[in-house]
Amino acid sequence: MSESGIISGEFFINGDEACAEGAIAAGCRFFAGYPITPATEIAERMARRLPQVQGICIQMEDEIASMAAILGASWGGVKSMTATSGPGFSLMMENIGLGMMTETPCVVVNIMRAGPSTGLPTLVGQGDVMQARWGSHGVYESIALCPSSPQEMFDLTVEAFNLSETYRLPVFVMGDELVGHMTEKVVIPPPEKIPRVSRRRPAEPPEQHLPFMGGEDWVPPMACAGEGYRLHVTGLTHDEMGYPQTVAQVHERTVRRLVDKIRRNRRRIIRTEAFCTEGAEVLVVAYGCTARTAREAVEILRLQGKKVGLLRLITLWPFPEEAVREAASGIKAFIVPEINYGQMAYEVERCAHGQTETVLLPLMGGAIHTPEMIIAAVKDVLP
Amino acid sequence: MKIKLQPAVPFDREAINRVIEGQHGLHPDDHYLKPGRIPHIWCPGCGLGVALNTFINALKMTGIPVDRAAVVSGIGCTGRVAGYLNMDTYHTTHGRAIPFATGLALTRPDLSVTVFSGDGDLFAIGGNHFIHAARRNINLKVICVNNFNYGMTGGQVAPTTPVTARTTTTPYGNSEAAFNLPYLAHASGAVYVARWTTFHARQLVVSIAETLNIKGFTFIEVISPCPIGYGRPNKIGSGLEEMIYYKENSIVQNGADPREVDIALKGKIIVGKFSETPRPTFLEEYEEKILNKFRRKETQAA
Repeated sequence: MSESGIISGEFFINGDEACAEGAIAAGCRFFAGYPITPATEIAERMARRLPQVQGICIQMEDEIASMAAILGASWGGVKSMTATSGPGFSLMMENIGLGMMTETPCVVVNIMRAGPSTGLPTLVGQGDVMQARWGSHGVYESIALCPSSPQEMFDLTVEAFNLSETYRLPVFVMGDELVGHMTEKVVIPPPEKIPRVSRRRPAEPPEQHLPFMGGEDWVPPMACAGEGYRLHVTGLTHDEMGYPQTVAQVHERTVRRLVDKIRRNRRRIIRTEAFCTEGAEVLVVAYGCTARTAREAVEILRLQGKKVGLLRLITLWPFPEEAVREAASGIKAFIVPEINYGQMAYEVERCAHGQTETVLLPLMGGAIHTPEMIIAAVKDVLP
Repeated sequence: MKIKLQPAVPFDREAINRVIEGQHGLHPDDHYLKPGRIPHIWCPGCGLGVALNTFINALKMTGIPVDRAAVVSGIGCTGRVAGYLNMDTYHTTHGRAIPFATGLALTRPDLSVTVFSGDGDLFAIGGNHFIHAARRNINLKVICVNNFNYGMTGGQVAPTTPVTARTTTTPYGNSEAAFNLPYLAHASGAVYVARWTTFHARQLVVSIAETLNIKGFTFIEVISPCPIGYGRPNKIGSGLEEMIYYKENSIVQNGADPREVDIALKGKIIVGKFSETPRPTFLEEYEEKILNKFRRKETQAA
């Protein structure tokens, strides 16, 4: 497909638009979606931009169909994406499970708004982060990235594609309404400066190929439709041939590999950002739009001589256990502001494991934390 | 926490190879069947074997090589068709075969993509996807095996179950009206609509072959016996008796008005090729009206 529609340079665009550009820069050539606030701008940008690079953008009848279509497109050998918000994310869960079970690379963007249900369609929330971990039924491990700026909406969408192609699964970009609708400078590097990963292909001929046999990194190479491999791809528990097996031992082996390929590769996947953490006695752990407020609070507190730092979670899943566990020793508390009533805070507390206190700063949604809220919480610990 | 994993039983490739070597290649159609997947799981008297066989014969008739074909199925007894065919096959989620196949067909227009699924899968949980794919005229060959009930789960009422028919969830008889599938398909925009029973195997082969040779969203309803889930509670009898019922009660009426082909319990079944109404596919329109705008610019620049 043509590369002539590729753009680079500096742009003043919002996070949703940056996400669409990140997808195109990463090589996405198929988008299926359904309009939903606050993610609609992604679909609109894709509808305008994908034809310019000879890609296909289709508005499906709902989010269930959108998710199914991007899985089909991925097996057609094309990098694919959908974008939605909470209600649509819920509808996608069924086929996200199919994507996990069939190890189908693709990217699912969730521009989080406040729920449950229709909630606050136009206002910010962070209530879906656990859904990105446990939303579909059964056992699997997910990868979820959390951008804090329009620039990161671009960068992390590229990274989401690369991770999905490397580890063969649907990867989540967990933006939020604030970051999605925020307009800032976004730098799109020239195409040759953008790292692009494509799924590993089988080296052996079809008769020797085992489509679901994990290699050294637990990830099987992927043959796509029409390549002569005559695969059977099923959401049923299947053996290494891809054949359905209603057998506990096969389930143990097959699904264990789905878990292993993420857990055992987590050090290659996980990214965090440390800000003013040196010598910190209190650490704010935050992500997405909330990390922007937290950074402001830390800057103000540092000027006041308070030993406070920020640990920003760029990867939500797999959870940066090691980073949080190491940070827990020798500090007085973790402060976790999030726009929900405690989701990642439970993970932080789990990893703190009694070494230090965890303080949750919940907001229900529709509004973000002010720096003063975080400053007050820190001063409770560091008067 | 500490994690104590139970040892996993390793994959025994040799055992599968022995099965394949012992069985595969004995049947003349084995080129079309995935090695080591037969015997199938369907009940004695089920019509799905006929449906599978007619599809294979239609491939032979058209000469489409297996590596140019892909089959997508949903969930249920018919959903298992995909797994037996020796080509790229996708067994997806319940009701979602059509949107999955939409993504596949749009990215691989060089492949012939067939959706093989049941009446419950395509018209209850998947009904919305069916009408929209037909409206868009996605290049999909939809074969719906209609056995008037949910067979895999043990014979529950379906959107195709005739009024008064007994199923495990309509123990006093079905009180709901059933879909007339050819009418629904035609009204939604399918470019080819036909209905046959598994008794009409030869006509079915020709119909499937016809659809494989045309572009666009085609629909074939295959009325099929389900002696366990539908035949027994409705006193139609065994698979063979259900075939005799098809033989004696089917009326071949090519070009019949799709509005008038409803099926009543133990009533007449009108079969035939009902309509063929060609129009451009989604992808043809998308390429012509959208992608070509940017192709032309490239050509001019070159």
